[in-house]
Amino acid sequence: MYSYIPHTFGDEKKMLEAIGVNSIDELFVDLKEGGCLLKDFLNIDEGLSEEEVIRKVKKLAKLNVQGVSFLGAGVYDHIIPSAVTSLSSLPGFVTSYTPYQAEISQGILEAFFEFQTMICSLTSLPVSNATLYDGASAAAEAASLILSSKRSCNEIIVSSTISPFSLECIKTWIKGTGNILVILPEKEGVSDFDVLEGLITNKTAGLMVQTPNKYGFFEDLTGISSIVHSFKGLFAISSDPLSLTLQKSQGQWGSDIAIGDTQSLGVPMAFGGPSAGYMAVSDALMRKIPGRIVGKTFDNQGNTAYVLTLQAREQHIKRERATSNICSNEALISIMNVIYTSQLGFKGMKEAALQSRAKAQYLFEGLKKLSFVSTKNNDFFLEFPIEFDSLERLEKFLFLLKEKGIFGGVRLYSLTKNKEDEKTLLVAVTEKRTKEELDEYLEIVGRLENE
Amino acid sequence: MSKIIDGLLYTKDHEWLKVEGTEATVGITDYAQTSLGEIVYVELPVVDDEFSAKEEIANVESVKAASAIYSPVSGTVSEVNEELSDNPELLNKDSYSNFIFKLKDIKMEEDLLDAEAYREYLKTLD
Repeated sequence: MYSYIPHTFGDEKKMLEAIGVNSIDELFVDLKEGGCLLKDFLNIDEGLSEEEVIRKVKKLAKLNVQGVSFLGAGVYDHIIPSAVTSLSSLPGFVTSYTPYQAEISQGILEAFFEFQTMICSLTSLPVSNATLYDGASAAAEAASLILSSKRSCNEIIVSSTISPFSLECIKTWIKGTGNILVILPEKEGVSDFDVLEGLITNKTAGLMVQTPNKYGFFEDLTGISSIVHSFKGLFAISSDPLSLTLQKSQGQWGSDIAIGDTQSLGVPMAFGGPSAGYMAVSDALMRKIPGRIVGKTFDNQGNTAYVLTLQAREQHIKRERATSNICSNEALISIMNVIYTSQLGFKGMKEAALQSRAKAQYLFEGLKKLSFVSTKNNDFFLEFPIEFDSLERLEKFLFLLKEKGIFGGVRLYSLTKNKEDEKTLLVAVTEKRTKEELDEYLEIVGRLENE
Repeated sequence: MSKIIDGLLYTKDHEWLKVEGTEATVGITDYAQTSLGEIVYVELPVVDDEFSAKEEIANVESVKAASAIYSPVSGTVSEVNEELSDNPELLNKDSYSNFIFKLKDIKMEEDLLDAEAYREYLKTLD
């Protein structure tokens, strides 16, 4: 396959002559001396022709197992209207990179503006940026925002029930900054707010929680914002945006920062990514929000115009003083989100959320009856944990389902690596699952009862 | 010619400060506001936060640039000029009668300039 590198050997020779070296390898001589370069070429096959590549990839694709998904843990199998797929597949959306003079692309900026408007109305907070990389990076950015808000504070309290991916991302970001991560423990699958006040010190900058949390449970956040604001801290809540049609929004809970992942709004599961992160904040934090904010204004002839109004924390504005390293956004994903939400409207989104919850409840009630399974509470959105009496039973359970082309759930241990999560399975149910699929699931695992 | 007021102290980063005992009132100079152009936002420090000399303490954004303000001396923030949050253009109108923040428990720095020295310093910049 032709590599489509535009310069010829002639071009290369001219460039090398201009800088005074004989070969491209000579550019890396110092690396070789430092021992950083491989001594031998990697054992990689010769290149293939286009036709051969297509054949090879098709063969690989056939190895994929098609199945009915009850997988979740942050990425869910929702119905995606075909308008989302076909409109967002336009080459102008799929292949274009953010232009350096962003205002050239008025259409793209308008889409971001709509995205921000949608996030603001879902979260009930006034200022939204035009996406972050994903839910986990949004959590890390929120932690960074909280920790930089007060100079004298370097501690952040994060609930142990936030997504393990977000927690991992926060841990990575916090390493080496001198900041301290304090974990708020959980009780019965939700944050144990009874011990919150005991964790607060004069160094505490704020609190981060997630609802629905890593198990799928809703968190009761009544009174939490007053506790956080009583020591002038910042309060961040992460939520699946689709769940906001059923539960109180971040703004309604009195939080300062709303974050989450937008995969549930029209984005395919795609092996776990890409997706987009969202962040909305209170007016007071407008200048502290990472990423970029698109604004709507008028040009000198009175025409509507969209501009990058604020990118206060980005590196090309603040140079070495930048406090966030995000310099772009998830343009394509946010366009998919906007098409999805405009297709469904708030009513349609609420319907998708309600159906997901009802179907999840149905499966939950069925699974609860199994003698070898124990459950916690039933106040969940569309995902819930079940704990098995033995590891063997859990493995058999997943095996039987997989034989029938059903992906039964995500093992919590694979995400947290906590020994106590070893026998726990997270089961996610969306509006896309049919009653037949749910009944088949129950019928298959019911067979384990007699063993 | 930029306006310079006698009796104030200055820094090479174009901040002015008025020292009264262990307290200092800080703002930006006329030269600074002219160079920045139309000022659209002032990010104020948080009261009770402590700063060492030459540490970034506030930010001024104009239509041209975002510039850091460095603490001219070490001390603790005792007051900020909240009026600038809504009316940042006050710094363009009169940068000397509109302070940005006040510090208490300050420790003086040796390299602060008096009005005359600052005037001489500005000449070297033109």
